[in-house]
Amino acid sequence: MERTWNNKAWFLVLPVLVLVAFSAVIPLMTVVDYSVQDTFGNNQFFWAGTEWFEELLSSSRFWQAMGRNLVFSAIILAIEVPLGILIALNMPKKGWGVPVCLVLMALPLLIPWNVVGTIWQVFGRNDIGLFGYYLNKLGFDYNYVQDPLDAWFTVILMDVWHWTSLVVLLCYAGLVSIPDAFYQAAKIDGASRWAVFRYIQLPKMQRVLLIAVLLRFMDSFMIYTEPFVVTGGGPGNSTTFLSIDLVKLALGQFDLGPAAAMSLVYFLIILLLSWVFYTVMTNYDAER
Amino acid sequence: MARIDLDHIRHSYLPNPQKETDFALKEVHHTFQEGGAYALLGPSGCGKTTLLNIISGLLHPSHGKLLFNGHDVTNLSTQERNIAQVFQFPVIYDTMTVYDNLAFPLRNRGVPEADVDRKVRETLDMIDLADWAKRKARGLTADQKQKISLGRGLVRSDVNAILFDEPLTVIDPHMKWVLRSQLKQLHRRFGYTMVYVTHDQTEALTFADQVVVMYDGGIVQIGTPAELFERPKHTFVGYFIGSPGMNVLPVEVDGKTAKLGSLAIVLPGTPEKTGDSMELGIRPEYVRLGRVGIGVSISKVEDVGRHKVVRAKLEGREIAAIVGEDEEIPAEPKLRFEPAGINVYADSWRVEMRA
Repeated sequence: MERTWNNKAWFLVLPVLVLVAFSAVIPLMTVVDYSVQDTFGNNQFFWAGTEWFEELLSSSRFWQAMGRNLVFSAIILAIEVPLGILIALNMPKKGWGVPVCLVLMALPLLIPWNVVGTIWQVFGRNDIGLFGYYLNKLGFDYNYVQDPLDAWFTVILMDVWHWTSLVVLLCYAGLVSIPDAFYQAAKIDGASRWAVFRYIQLPKMQRVLLIAVLLRFMDSFMIYTEPFVVTGGGPGNSTTFLSIDLVKLALGQFDLGPAAAMSLVYFLIILLLSWVFYTVMTNYDAER
Repeated sequence: MARIDLDHIRHSYLPNPQKETDFALKEVHHTFQEGGAYALLGPSGCGKTTLLNIISGLLHPSHGKLLFNGHDVTNLSTQERNIAQVFQFPVIYDTMTVYDNLAFPLRNRGVPEADVDRKVRETLDMIDLADWAKRKARGLTADQKQKISLGRGLVRSDVNAILFDEPLTVIDPHMKWVLRSQLKQLHRRFGYTMVYVTHDQTEALTFADQVVVMYDGGIVQIGTPAELFERPKHTFVGYFIGSPGMNVLPVEVDGKTAKLGSLAIVLPGTPEKTGDSMELGIRPEYVRLGRVGIGVSISKVEDVGRHKVVRAKLEGREIAAIVGEDEEIPAEPKLRFEPAGINVYADSWRVEMRA
């Protein structure tokens, strides 16, 4: 059979292509453009080659920010995933408790990020913040403005408060899809509470858990607003994550070239990690 | 193995049952003898599964007591009752191998690994999955998964009873037959007390020594397959068992005769009791079609292989008769009721007849 080539359909995707071009491709290319040039006042540009990239990759400032990011993601995953599972397991499965719990869980997710930052910024203050004030009253020497450890503690606590709900909701969705017969059979088979979790609940949650881990990792790796509002990256550079550093570089110091190089590297890291996650997940599906 | 006594058990899913209709299971007072094979037969929603779950302890009855070998187990948990139960839809532990699935109920009870291995291998052979032992259970077909569920029910030899909740629904017809005969064999070999819930009469009649027919939350008759066939206690049992079910005709009873419209049918005896509505029940197997008797018009003949089912009109009522495969159907057909097959019902319940 002879194939008829009809390219009219391309016109249908044209609007999307134009939109994507203006919103993503062109800005990205501008960044690429900046990353290989040096800028001076009066819009003067000079070719810089790979200079910014070399400088970036050999700068300890970049690697330290990157290290902080990885440690931060690791800590919040280690807290939010088990905590989320634990809460989901203990949520009611039927009755009036279900909507109450769901609304309570959804609340932190509905609050704009900068508001979350502001809430904790005030909450943790020693003078007027309930949290900070009472911690000090109880004898803890807590001051997130001056102590790096306290700053980290605050930022992590804030993230756990803000995002554990997401893990809870995803796990809960996995849990309610388990038919009663499974629990009944487990009772008949004499399974312990742990065995029920290990062999019935966990396998059923596996897929949603992977998604939860992916989302939480991506989000925490790109975190900006909340720590920026609470600590501004301080004290010193102790909570300066990649994104905060990037904004300091680009908008604070107006070093467009180095900032552009950093954006690209940051972008490539996230792309790489997304790809790794995607591969792991699709492999897992194929195995089923 | 255990004898199971249901002592005036009733169950309602409502918190405060008031009326009789609030009860999903109306009063049941019955004993399952040690080592007996019982079937609970009835349509969907008649309370069979409720009764089964009460025995296994998944449900706590609203009223009444449950005894195993005379010991009150009403307040014991499922684990403590030591019961095996197989559910309608396959329940398997996805991440385990077939072998581990079968070993699970044993390992949970701390059985030594050597015994686990022996029992699991025996069971694997029984359900014909020995070649699949090392495979992950999640990749199997629905058939195989249900066989694993069955296997988990059979792997423990010390259970008080094995309960089956329509276990063969998802299995294909050929396999159904094979598995059913295996269960029957197992029963003969080990003498388990088995209770088998089903809505399929063939399954019930071939599996059980005693069939418990349930209808609308209550037990209507308990008997051997032959009793249910010959002497259905309630018109429901008549309809529900048999293919086609019993012919039930409204009649007026006067001594030894039953009047059906303008026809008078001679009964084998005088009914001991009469009620507001009287009915005559006769199975199609006892309706003879020939050249003598009452004239009827035939509306349909279904050839089902072993025999023919003749659908006819008698005084405006549908009536079915079974005719041998090579018997001829006369041009002017006439019906005759065999006296041995006639049952009389007063208000749907069977009444005895005096000669």
